[in-house]
Amino acid sequence: MVQYSSPSLDLSFAAISDVTRRGVLEQLARADASITGLAEKFQMTLTGMKKHVAVLERAGLVVTEKVGRVRTCKLGQRDLAAEAQWIEAHRRLFEARFAALDEVILRMKQEEEDGSASE
Amino acid sequence: MDQQVSSQPAARNVTSVERKGDRELVVTRTFDAPPRIVFKVWSDPDLFRMWWVPKGAPMKLLACDMDVRTGGKYRLEFEAGGQTMEFFGKYLDVVPDERIVWTNDEGEEEGAVTTVTFQDQGGKTLLTFHEIYPTAEALEEAMTGSAAGLPIQLDQLEELLSTVSQ
Repeated sequence: MVQYSSPSLDLSFAAISDVTRRGVLEQLARADASITGLAEKFQMTLTGMKKHVAVLERAGLVVTEKVGRVRTCKLGQRDLAAEAQWIEAHRRLFEARFAALDEVILRMKQEEEDGSASE
Repeated sequence: MDQQVSSQPAARNVTSVERKGDRELVVTRTFDAPPRIVFKVWSDPDLFRMWWVPKGAPMKLLACDMDVRTGGKYRLEFEAGGQTMEFFGKYLDVVPDERIVWTNDEGEEEGAVTTVTFQDQGGKTLLTFHEIYPTAEALEEAMTGSAAGLPIQLDQLEELLSTVSQ
């Protein structure tokens, strides 16, 4: 079995665990943007946005390029981001399902233990 | 006293999701009950609908018809955001307390085949949910195709999870 524990995928998961960073990816999927533009869009300081972009950049999800005084951000390895998100979404969905399934099972086991004499 | 009964066991069973090769998705989880019970919860529509869409999810299961035997059919109808979606297919192989294999026929092209196996592990059940796509491209498309709507989906799932007791 192929274990998907490559450093890039781990970084990718960490990168998308934050709601702002997911928003930035969504935004960049529509159009490239400057860090200043992103900071305004997400109503945060330039320093705060720089940190978020750095995390995304390390994960290879975003690439930046400085032209003159403006640093432009665009999507990097988009497929990896999509894959990491897809797997994470599935994991959360199944986790939620299985938590509910546990409860149904618990109830069935209790009913069996109570036997036909109950109520 | 009641709190003791409803509290979760200390060691929680871990849900693992992995991509295997370029065409397969594998989900595994252990349940604290024998295969007989876990199989029943997957194959009885009245029990199935109690957990497949967890409480608080932004979607509703409107209809759930399942004839869980080899050659039988299923049809699930969901409502989400004012739209209804249908999922349907056929059971290719059903062995009570051991496995259920079904097709996913709702798409325009050939869909994935899902296999769920129930392995007895000393009174517990190791469940494996396995999806195999017809081609690497089909899995790729399933992943990238849903990417556009996914940030929203993730947020909805977060919302959902906050309503499911941890």
